[in-house]
Amino acid sequence: MSESTEEHHIVSPKVYVTIAAILLIMTAATCGMSYVDLGVFNAVVALAIAVFKASLVVLFFMHVKYSSKLTKLTVVSGIFIFLGLISMTLADYISRAWGRW
Amino acid sequence: MSDSTAIAHGNAADSHHEHPPYQRHHFESVSQQFDATNFAMWLFLLTEVMFFGGLFTAYLILRNWYYEAFVQGSHQLSIFWGTSNTAVLITSSFTMAMAVWCAETKRKGALQLCLWLTFFLGLVFLGIKSIEYHEKWVKHHVPGFHYSVESFTHPSSDPEVFNEYHDHPMAPDMAAKTELYFFLYFAMTGLHALHMIIGIGILGFMLVRARAGAYTTGHVTFVENFGLYWHFVDIIWIFLYPLLYLISRHT
Repeated sequence: MSESTEEHHIVSPKVYVTIAAILLIMTAATCGMSYVDLGVFNAVVALAIAVFKASLVVLFFMHVKYSSKLTKLTVVSGIFIFLGLISMTLADYISRAWGRW
Repeated sequence: MSDSTAIAHGNAADSHHEHPPYQRHHFESVSQQFDATNFAMWLFLLTEVMFFGGLFTAYLILRNWYYEAFVQGSHQLSIFWGTSNTAVLITSSFTMAMAVWCAETKRKGALQLCLWLTFFLGLVFLGIKSIEYHEKWVKHHVPGFHYSVESFTHPSSDPEVFNEYHDHPMAPDMAAKTELYFFLYFAMTGLHALHMIIGIGILGFMLVRARAGAYTTGHVTFVENFGLYWHFVDIIWIFLYPLLYLISRHT
């Protein structure tokens, strides 16, 4: 933590306005896309947009882009463990005889 | 007890360095204090990710198992209300981010305005959610409370939804699984709403403190960390919205 920024980084309102506008546009986009029949890709597109929106919130609203390495590492390791747990759970369910896949 | 306090004070007096009143004695500097509390807040948020993560995993598995039931169950949700609520929540995240900026630049009046807006938008979100919950209640779609599969075994009995989706009648055993969909719907949106209610409560507390000028002294930790919590709740909704409302429209 010693290498953290001595002066606290202040994110400007301009950044917040831009991010909020992109988030609202992406919300309209994901809503609009759900009215287009893309087969299985409806879910893929919707989730891709959600991941994009969540990344913007984490990076800018939650200041991770401007945070210390410790915070960045904490966030990334959290996401990594979460995805690991989901994959392991799914691997278990898919490979069982009583599954309904 | 009083003796030990006096001793502690006596020791500190020698090596005491100048620092603002909001810096605790055990921190080297304000920035170290900020980093430590920020790190703690993120660790808390990671436990929250795991907390909600279990429900998301359950949704993923059960939606694949009882696909038809989950698709027709989600046809009961209103995309209009869902999308409106997403916009409301994103706007409240924006006003919260602006509140952090106001605290950082010591604008007391603007900070209060931003906190008020966040507070108000949080209430709007819950208001819209309650309109949706009420509709589920009226249609007997609340699991465990006189749950009815009528909309799914006889879709034409529910003209509003039927005219939009033209769903085929489901076999009774699959139709029964729609209750599972609504169980997860209420569990996930309910837990999210609970986080909103707690957040709105804390916002109320912050409004009183902000009025007294507590956050415009240069001490922004509380506002900053509450912002992290509020944005986290926003992120949960960013995933709930497509999963519950959107992805089943065409199947």
